[in-house]
Parts: sequence; C-alpha cells; structure tokens
Amino acid sequence: MNPGTGMPGHADARADARPGPETDPGTRTVLGAADVARALTRIAHEVVERAKGVDDVVLLGIPTRGVTLAARLAERLAAIDPAFDPVQGLGELDVTMYRDDLRRQPTRAVGVTRLPGAGIEGKTVVLVDDVLFSGRTIRAALDAIGDLGRPRAVRLACLVDRGHRELPIRPDFVGKNLPTAVSERVRVLLSEVDGTDDAVVISAGGGER
Amino acid sequence: MTTTGPTTYVLRRVRPLGGEPADVVLSGGVVAAVGAPGDVDAPRGAVEVDGAGHVLLPGLVDLHTHLREPGREDAETVASGTRAAAAGGFTAVHAMANTSPVADTAGVVEQVWRLGRDAGFVDVHPVGAVTVGLAGERLAELGAMAHSAARVRVFSDDGRCVDDPILMRRALEYVKAFDGVVAQHAQEPRLTEGAQMNEGVVSAEIGLAGWPAVAEEAIIARDVLLAEHVGSRLHVCHLSTAGSVEIVRWAKSRGIDVTAEVTPHHLVLTDELARTYDPTFKVNPPLRTAADVEAVRAGLADGTIDIVATDHAPHTREDKDCEWGAAAFGMTGLETALSVVQQTMVDTGRMTWADVARVLSVAPARIGRIGHAHGRPVAVGEPANLTLVDPAATRVVDGAAQATASGNTPFAGRELPGRVVATFLRGRATVLDGTVLDGTVLDAGARGAGVLDGPAAPAGVGAR
Amino acid sequence: MKHLLSTADLSKDDALLLLDTAAQMAATQSRAIKKLPTLRGRTVVNLFFEDSTRTRISFEAAAKRLSADVINFSAKGSSVSKGESLKDTALTLHAMGADAVVVRHWASGAPYQLAHAGWLDAGVLNAGDGTHQHPTQALLDAFTIRRHLAGRRGGGDPDGVGADLAGLRVAIVGDVLHSRVARSNVALLRTLGAEVTLVSPPTLVPVGVETWPCRTSYDLDATLADWRPDAVMMLRVQRERMSGGTGGAFFPSPHEYTRYYGLDARRLAMLPDHAIVMHPGPMNRGLEISAEAADSERAVIVEQVANGVAVRMAALYLLLAGDPSAEGNDL
Repeated sequence: MNPGTGMPGHADARADARPGPETDPGTRTVLGAADVARALTRIAHEVVERAKGVDDVVLLGIPTRGVTLAARLAERLAAIDPAFDPVQGLGELDVTMYRDDLRRQPTRAVGVTRLPGAGIEGKTVVLVDDVLFSGRTIRAALDAIGDLGRPRAVRLACLVDRGHRELPIRPDFVGKNLPTAVSERVRVLLSEVDGTDDAVVISAGGGER
Repeated sequence: MTTTGPTTYVLRRVRPLGGEPADVVLSGGVVAAVGAPGDVDAPRGAVEVDGAGHVLLPGLVDLHTHLREPGREDAETVASGTRAAAAGGFTAVHAMANTSPVADTAGVVEQVWRLGRDAGFVDVHPVGAVTVGLAGERLAELGAMAHSAARVRVFSDDGRCVDDPILMRRALEYVKAFDGVVAQHAQEPRLTEGAQMNEGVVSAEIGLAGWPAVAEEAIIARDVLLAEHVGSRLHVCHLSTAGSVEIVRWAKSRGIDVTAEVTPHHLVLTDELARTYDPTFKVNPPLRTAADVEAVRAGLADGTIDIVATDHAPHTREDKDCEWGAAAFGMTGLETALSVVQQTMVDTGRMTWADVARVLSVAPARIGRIGHAHGRPVAVGEPANLTLVDPAATRVVDGAAQATASGNTPFAGRELPGRVVATFLRGRATVLDGTVLDGTVLDAGARGAGVLDGPAAPAGVGAR
Repeated sequence: MKHLLSTADLSKDDALLLLDTAAQMAATQSRAIKKLPTLRGRTVVNLFFEDSTRTRISFEAAAKRLSADVINFSAKGSSVSKGESLKDTALTLHAMGADAVVVRHWASGAPYQLAHAGWLDAGVLNAGDGTHQHPTQALLDAFTIRRHLAGRRGGGDPDGVGADLAGLRVAIVGDVLHSRVARSNVALLRTLGAEVTLVSPPTLVPVGVETWPCRTSYDLDATLADWRPDAVMMLRVQRERMSGGTGGAFFPSPHEYTRYYGLDARRLAMLPDHAIVMHPGPMNRGLEISAEAADSERAVIVEQVANGVAVRMAALYLLLAGDPSAEGNDL
C-alpha cells in the first residue's frame, strides 16, 4: 500500500515528486517569490474589503499548499487588522473523502481536518487553495463544509487560476490568472513545503486529466 | 473372449534393474529370453520396443490404494483407478477396505476382486477390514475373506486406527492362521480429534488444529511390542515422522517382524504447503516437516522402511473445493509415485534402480503374499509383469490429463523426472509408448489374477 | 491494498497508514454528521459463517458511515460441507457485484481461499477466521494502545498519530492456543515495535510458539510484577475449554483458572499507574476478568469498541477507495 504522494488530498493532480523545475528544460517560471508575496498581500486586502472587516472571517486551507497559503494569509489579515486572530481564525480542510475521483487514482492517504478555533458556524469561510483547475476539489470542499456546519458565506481564494473548469465554480480572490493548455502542468512551490524559493512554474505535462 | 493385440514383445537394449543393456523377449505371458543386445532373435510377429536407455523393472506393486468402489464411484472406480495404476507402472494394487459398504465380508472383497479382473489393467488384491464396518469394535470375518476367491492376506482399517489394544492383539494373532498381516493406520484417535495438519511451527501460525507426531509414534510403539509379544507380523502404513522411523528401526533391531511403508508425498512435501490453505495438501497422516522428510528418506535408503506405497486417495472436486477444515483427507499418487521415488532417492544417489525394484515391487509383493506372481526377477520363465521406464524424460504434472478420475494430485504444475514407457501384465501391454491401452482384453486363460498361496511357480500365467 | 487477511502481511508502513487513517476516521465520528460520501455506490457484503453480532454491526456501521451499500449475508450452518459451499457463496457474491467481502468464518484460511481461489474479484477483509487471524481486532487494539500510551513518550501528536509502539510492553493473557486475537496481535504489535509476553496455562499455548516473536510465561503474577507491562490484554475463555469437550478440559476448573490467570483487584493494583486493561469482548466477568478490573478507570474496553468502527472504516477506505489497478497501490 502506497498512497503515493506526500500530499494527501492534493487537488487537481498538478504536482508530484519530480526534480526541481530548474533541472527540467520544459519548465518556465511565471511567478517569482516577490510576485507570490504581492499576490497574497493583495488577496488579504481584498478579503478584508469584501467582508467589510475581519469579524467572522475564518480561513480554511486545503492541503497541502493551500494550508501554507492560508497561514500566510492569516498573518497578513492580522497585520491589516489586529482584530483577526491567526490562531482562532485559521483551519485546514482535508477533502479526500469527498472527492469524486478516488477510484481513478491510487489510494490517497486521508489528511487532517482541523476547524478554526472559532468554528465555521455563521462565519465567512474563505477556502484557500494553490491552483484552481477543474473545480472538483472545491466541489468536494463545499460538500465537506456542508457536513461540518453552516457558514454564513463561503468564498474561494486561490493563488493561480489556470482555467479549464469542469464545474460552475468561480474564485472570489485570485493571485494570478494564468492561461494554460490542458496538458500543461502548473506547480506552486512554497518555501515551507518545498524547501525552495516561492515560485509558480509551468511545465509541459504528460497530458494529465 | 479373444486376445486383441500382440502378446509377443522384444524389448531392445533395455537395462534390467538399471544394469547392463539387454534384449528381453516376452512371450506366452512369461519372460521367454534375455540376452545381450543383438543376440536375441525376434520371434515372428513380435512387436519391437526400442528401449535404449530405459530401465526395466518388475511391475510395480502398490500395497495401499483407494479405488473407492463400491460406494464412491464419483471419485474413482476400480476401472479408472487400475487404469491409473497401469499408467504409473503398476501391475498389482491392494485396494483398501474403506469403501461403502466396507470390505469386511467375503462378498465385498470378491466383488472388488472381480471388478479388478474385469478391468484387466492390474491385478487387484482387496484388503480386508480388520473390524466390522471399520468401527473398531469387533473383528470382521477375516478367515472368510482369506479363503474367498479374493484370497485376502492384508487386513487394515486404513483411514481409521485399530486403537483398542486388545482388538489389535487379537487381529495380530488371528491372521497367523492364514499368513495374513495387519496393516495399521497408526493414529491415536484422542490425540488427533479435530486435527487438520502436522502440529508444529506452521500449525501454530496459521491456526489449524495440530496433529502431533506422537499420535502416530505411540501407536507404532505399542503395535511393535504387541507383534513381538504374540509373534505376529505387523505392517505399518504410511509412516511419516522421524520418530516413527526410529521406533521401526529399533523394533527391527530386536527382530520384531515389522514392515513399514512411506508414501511418495511424505518423501518430498512438507507442512509448509498448508500455508496456501489449498486442501489438495490436506492428507492423513499430514505432511510433516523437512526434518521428517529427511528422516523417511534415510529410513527408506537404509531399509528401515521396506516399501513405498501410494495411499492413492482420489476425491471429488466437491470434497476438495472447500474450506481446509471441511475438506477430505487424501491425495492421488499412482501416476506420480515412481517419478517421486526417482527424484528423491535415485537422482539424489541414495538408491539404485535395483533398490527401487525392491521398495516398489519385490518387498510389497512379499508383504502382500503375491510374490509368486509379482516382484519377480527379470529372468527366463518368470511371469512377464514388467515396467519400462525412461528415467531421462521429464514432464509437468497435469491433474486433468491423468487417468485417475480425480484431480487431487499435489504435484500439479510440478516438473517430475521419469516416464513410464510401457507396462506389461503377464506379457500383455497395458501401457505402450506411454499410453494406456484400452480395450485390450485378456484371454480367459491369462485372466486368473494369480494364485496366492503356494510355490513361486508362475501359476495362472500364460495358460496357452 | 487489495485484501486484509492477516496482520502478518502488513509492513510497518502499512500498519501505520491504517492506524493514521483510522485516526482521521475517528475524528469524523465526533461530528454531528458522521456519514461521509466516500464509498457511495460501492457494495460491501458482510459474509458471516459464524455468529458475531458485535463484529458484524461494527463493520456495518463502518461501511454505512462511508456511504457504502451493505448487504448482510449470514451463511451459518454451513459447517463441514453442509448447505451452500464457500465456492458457491463466493460465486453468488461475485454475480451480485460485491466490491468488498467482510468474511467471518469458523475455518482458518477461508478468507485466504476467498481471496486467492479466483472465485470472486472483490477485496476480502478477514473479520476472524477460525483460530487464525482477526486483523481488525489487532488494529483496533494497537490503535487504542497508541492513543493512550504512545503520547507518553513526549513530542509528536498527543494521540500518537504517526507514532509506532516502540518500547511499549503488552501482556496478552489467556487462551492463546485457540485465539485469533492473540495471533493477530503478536504479529502486529511486533511490527509496530512493541514487546509482547503471552501468559497462559501450558495447555493453552500452541506447540510451535517458540518461533513467535514474543516471550511466553505461565506466571501472570511474575509477569505483572517483574516485567511491568504497559497494557494487559485479557483473552476470552471459551466455555467449552473448561470441561469435557472433544479435547478434554484444558484446566482443572474455572476457579483454578481465575486464581492463576484472572485479572482481579489485587493484580490490577500491581500494574504501573499508566497501564491500561483491554479485552476484545465479550467478557466472562468473574472468570478471566473481575468486575473491579473490567469497570476500573484503567479499562479501555468500551473505547476499544468505538475504535473498532474507526479502524474498520480505515480498512474499508484503503481497500475500496482507490483504483486497485493503479500503480503504487500494492499492499
């Protein structure tokens, strides 16, 4: 038994354990570390603006990199408005058991779900993921949230929207809209997870999905 | 009836008992001539068999065969079982008594004997039950069976042990009147209630109820002492443990008149096979450890174990396609026995082909008191009950391709050495070119399945 | 992972994945909505050739919490070739489109045969076979031990998620000879790094136990006093072992068994403060375990039952959720 990846529940099959992008001639970097930081800061401001403050805002990161991004967003929200508690207002949501593609893949390890200390009941939940692609991960996340409580609203933040949606799902906050071919692979690299500088890279994929 | 098919054969360049090449002529049901290659003229009309490199053995004799008829004709009949025997190189088999009805009367043993005679593949010598219905309570009419047309000399409750010591003593004594022998299935019943496999490391791990070696050894120890006390001869069926070999060795050193057999499967298979939970490997006595396998090989090589007997135990698919705990005990063996003995004893250098002739023909014929017709030397005037083996051949065992009606061979898919090229029963080929000859009917004169008592003269042979 | 037949087949990574998945399953079971959509459209058959209401409802709850369709198939009375054969039952389940078969059988090896005979292509989950194995029981035992004791070593998850059982000592007491629970636990606990001592009267230890990766003892008092186990697992004593029966009694009297091998208040007091008391159930109170021990604060027996559902959810998830033909799926 080998669930295969260290990224249980990771969405949209866009990342796996491959050599770094610099060793792969078919890759190009579309966002650098500074771009990623700027995008997150902008998203944080948009979240505050949209919610008219930070009251009742909680962040739910989708493993693996969505959790990291949500933590970074939490720091930024707290910087913008000290009323935001980055501990009480941050959680992570594993959607593995809600996925509709389990039978198309090797068995995935089930990840951790940890609700924000403040809960989600009546809150404005901001789902955070790294790359928005088919929308199926977000569909699974919405189902999972529905089983966990009844938020006042659910919003979606993603660092990259690469298009090719298969469901009527639209992000509320986007770091970068990135036109791609379906066959391409988009990877988000984050220092906490990948041990490299933050980056978004595109490579010619193996026709995934 | 008429004889169809030739009755004169010239076997060219065969090696009697694995010795120097010779030409051997079979005619009139007996060995008519033996000479150096090329020195023997073929009689007119004789069939020539090129036997270069092949070993000529006396026809094999199985002291322990389950033919299942009457009662379980869905698993085997006398006809199918003896056909399998011929394919395996046998010219005589002893049919065990645990049929339905049990072979515990003159009527049943005569029925089996006649079925064997009519089938014509091998001489069938019924074994009589020791106790009525194999129930272990009172002696069957051993004398009546001995004096029936079947002339029973071997008595056994095989499948069950004659565990009551006084009953065993009486049986050992009683058969002396007609030179019979009790063949004991050594299994202490209380120590083996519910037992499924050898008790040891494997049974502990896989959770099947254990069958301790001592359950076999305790009975053998008791029986050799009983045999000594009453001065009878005893035969130990299918001994399977190192301890049993030791006890028999000790008994023989004391001069006790005991003989012992080992099955082919106990010469090669171990209880590790139970890990597959494949009931093909469920057998009584159970497959033992590698150390036991080595001990029975050593015992066979040094003569402690007198014979190899198949314990050919055909079972229907229904009785084997089920849980291990619900499956029947037993495996087939007639068509693989010689190959297993070659593989384990000859090819390993522990025995010669002359030894093979001893353990698979001469000694079992002597124990069963059919030594006037079977297990004879390859010599002029002797009955032509012979087996021709190609030891250089190999084959992969295919249960479905065997002559036996049942598919429960434990050797399926295994490559075994040696191939029976031809089998001759009183000069008539039952197997030729490795193929069983069906529809070759003996003439009336050649049909007498041997007179059991008396001198070694080939009575009942080739009356033409 | 195609089948779960024996804990002896599990690598340490496999076992940890099962336990860690069970931990996530357990987390979902504290929520108001316990049902997950994970196995929607998949069919799990509970095939019971032997009565065990507890085990059946535990598997049934696990499958239903994952939204699988559950069919209960009681084939009792099929012992020793009476009634429908194992093979025909398997062919029937195959025809019905079972995705997984949870099988309890009186015959050791029956689940192995179901998995390997080619009669059906469903995943097979052994829910107890004869005196052989009961892998989900051992997994729930290990899960319970880890939850209580692995956190004591400090660092890591307080519930022990991700941790093995290295350094922990588990005494398994009672009828080891006939116990699939003992066999399953010895293999799994050793794989996870725990040390095991089997404590039994000599009549209830299998010949061949010397090759098992554990210690054996005939003396419960000495084991408790000198070896200081972190967990004591009491095995159920079957009534038929006490007297008569086919093999005769394995010990002189229930009273004598209790005196030497029962867990009572006195022996309870000998345990280290942190030690837990376990029992796979159903208990014979007053025989292998006294009421004081069963009801004490150290007893985690009820929790074992709850953990059973989580562990069985994990096993069903890992057996059924993925594409069995996909790469990297080779348990």
